[in-house]
Amino acid sequence: MSVSDLSARQIHHPATAPGENLNLEIVGDGAFTTADMTLSVGPAHPATHGVLRVVLEMDGERVKSAHPVIGYMHRGFEKLAEHRDFRQNMALVNRHDWLSGMTNEIGLALTVERMLEMEVPERAQWIRMLGAEWNRILNHLLFVGSYGLELGAITPMFYATRERERIQYLLESATGGRLHYTYNQPGGVKIDLPKGFLHQSVDLVASMHQRVQDLEDLLLGNEIFIARTKGVGPLPTEVALSYGVSGPTLQATGIPEDVRVSEPYLKYDQVEVPVPVGENGDSWDRFYCLLGRMKASLYIIEQIHDLIPGGPVNVKLPKMVKAPEGATYVRVENPLGSLGYWLESDGGRTPWRLKMRTASFSNVQALPYLLEGTLVPDAISVLGSVFFVVGDVDR
Amino acid sequence: MMDSLLVTSTGLVAQTAGLLDTDTFALSVALKVALVLGLFFVVPLVVGYMEHKAMARLQHRRGPMFAGPAGSLQLVADGIKFLQKEDLIPRAADKWVFAIAPGMALVPAMLIFFVLPLAPGLWAADLELGLFYALAITSISVLGVMMGGWASANKFSLIGGLRAAAQLIAYELPLILAAIAVAVQAGTLSLVGIVESQATFTLAGTDLNLWFVFPQILGFGIFFVAALAELSRPPFDMPIADSELVFGYMTEYTGIKFAMYLLTEYAGMVSMSALMVVLYLGGWQILPGVPLPGCEGAGGLFDCGALGTVIGLGVTMGKILLLTFVMVWLRVAYPRLREDQLQRMSWLVLVPLSLLNLAVVAVAKVVF
Repeated sequence: MSVSDLSARQIHHPATAPGENLNLEIVGDGAFTTADMTLSVGPAHPATHGVLRVVLEMDGERVKSAHPVIGYMHRGFEKLAEHRDFRQNMALVNRHDWLSGMTNEIGLALTVERMLEMEVPERAQWIRMLGAEWNRILNHLLFVGSYGLELGAITPMFYATRERERIQYLLESATGGRLHYTYNQPGGVKIDLPKGFLHQSVDLVASMHQRVQDLEDLLLGNEIFIARTKGVGPLPTEVALSYGVSGPTLQATGIPEDVRVSEPYLKYDQVEVPVPVGENGDSWDRFYCLLGRMKASLYIIEQIHDLIPGGPVNVKLPKMVKAPEGATYVRVENPLGSLGYWLESDGGRTPWRLKMRTASFSNVQALPYLLEGTLVPDAISVLGSVFFVVGDVDR
Repeated sequence: MMDSLLVTSTGLVAQTAGLLDTDTFALSVALKVALVLGLFFVVPLVVGYMEHKAMARLQHRRGPMFAGPAGSLQLVADGIKFLQKEDLIPRAADKWVFAIAPGMALVPAMLIFFVLPLAPGLWAADLELGLFYALAITSISVLGVMMGGWASANKFSLIGGLRAAAQLIAYELPLILAAIAVAVQAGTLSLVGIVESQATFTLAGTDLNLWFVFPQILGFGIFFVAALAELSRPPFDMPIADSELVFGYMTEYTGIKFAMYLLTEYAGMVSMSALMVVLYLGGWQILPGVPLPGCEGAGGLFDCGALGTVIGLGVTMGKILLLTFVMVWLRVAYPRLREDQLQRMSWLVLVPLSLLNLAVVAVAKVVF
């Protein structure tokens, strides 16, 4: 980079407070020039949550430009789905975002049910909500823990892992799976909740409030955490919208968008869904919204406990589920943002086309904007706070 | 007064020759080397074990359990594992520099142990310039880190090495300035002399027997923070920054060379804590003004029996372990600072504060 270039596009570091500016102007006669360096963060790097590669053009420790390179773990889910029937596809969709199996299954189940114009029993819908909210907390716990890890705080990860274990145990008792549940199916859920499930769930919610508070105390109030996240990687609302960013990353920019509220599915119109919002869309706000969503989920679960009715949990399906000819699109709120399934059927027993709109794919697109001009440590802080699962990007 | 104190302290030190100074020169040297090596290879392991266990407690997990009673041999087992591992050198590396870099970091960490007074009469060498020697030696380890980072032919390592150099240079200054204030108050650079002057602390003619941590609490804080940064311990671990730089200057190191860097860190924790104990926490004194059992002379610090020496050693080690525990605690509680925040903290906060501390101490020294 030549000297004139640097002074021409004066880099304002986003981490500095308004009015304050890191002094990056060239001093002296400006004869000192530096060579740029290309640094590949990933595909296997601790901060990329999977095999994402981000190619950074750097001047010293300052990132001049960033290019995410995706596709290292592409598994062709959309094509594979065309060769499996609708019940088999449940096992497939709970794997693209491996941390949110339950919500993914619900998304596809709702899509198929809409195609079939199928009435789902009340209890099944409430059970799905319960599973989805616990799954959401499970997902968020991992990000809360690993975000601390990315900033060098090791303890939150252990706290989060401990709580994840308890939730996984709970969900395992109902579904038999720890990550990949395959619990939902068109027409309801596979089997009813086991005896005592609701009691355990009530107990777990009661203790989780304190656990979430512990994590919040450990990070949100910490001076170093604040210094590392406040004002780092601010995402303006318009930019977020133009990239199709959703979930906590969008809510952090001040938009209370949540599919559960804007287009309620299942019985979300019968419960109160609090939506946390941030102000500046910086790393701190994104993390704050993630924690807020965890608390909101706990609150929703408490309401579900009171409202869940009895009755059957599924409808009897024919041996071969065939969707009628046509197409539909269903959106659900995945833990990381808006998840959509576009299902096109030619009347056969498999989808003719199943297109996924995943939250992580859109969130990752904002990375070049966010990373430009940051320092390497801030790049990591941004990478960790724009919540994505690489499996959900390369599906 | 300063002159008189200097005279008395040197006189006392001359009278109370170290326990290890026997009539036979060779035996004396052997004893001293044995003491230093024993300290160097045992105490860091104890600290490492304590780190494992304390972190496990603070994070609600078990820590090592299987190697030895309650996992106490975990680090020994790790050492054996490191010895067996393949010694890889990257093809593009500068091989000689790469190979000797861990040694450059390790040896200075060991050399500090020669001047640390542990108990009445128990030290390898009481240099007139002990403090100067200790601080000068600590700066050498920068070289080992930088060499490792540069020679690895890895961009993450290079960034880590450069960060380490910038960080260690920045924090050397507040560290030394804080230590100078102690030397001014004690009127000597000898570490034994500094311990002794904390037992004979007088203010305006009154015997106070205060440790230097009380009049110089600010200096102690500065020294502690700077020492933590010198050791690259969290929250100042940017040279390694496992989540950003993979493992910084250590990325390409395997096997025993990696273990040498790790041992350097633990030995550094011990030697820095020991320096803090000597400079601020009264060395082997149990409490301010409380002499060891059976000790006489200079506030009950010297001419001790075997019992006094053993208790003194225990007190010193206890204080060292307490300080290292605080370092572990900070590691568990805090995220990592950013590189520029680290530099700001040193140059804009710690350096001015340590200069202020030095000025206050110097003025007080002249006035009282």
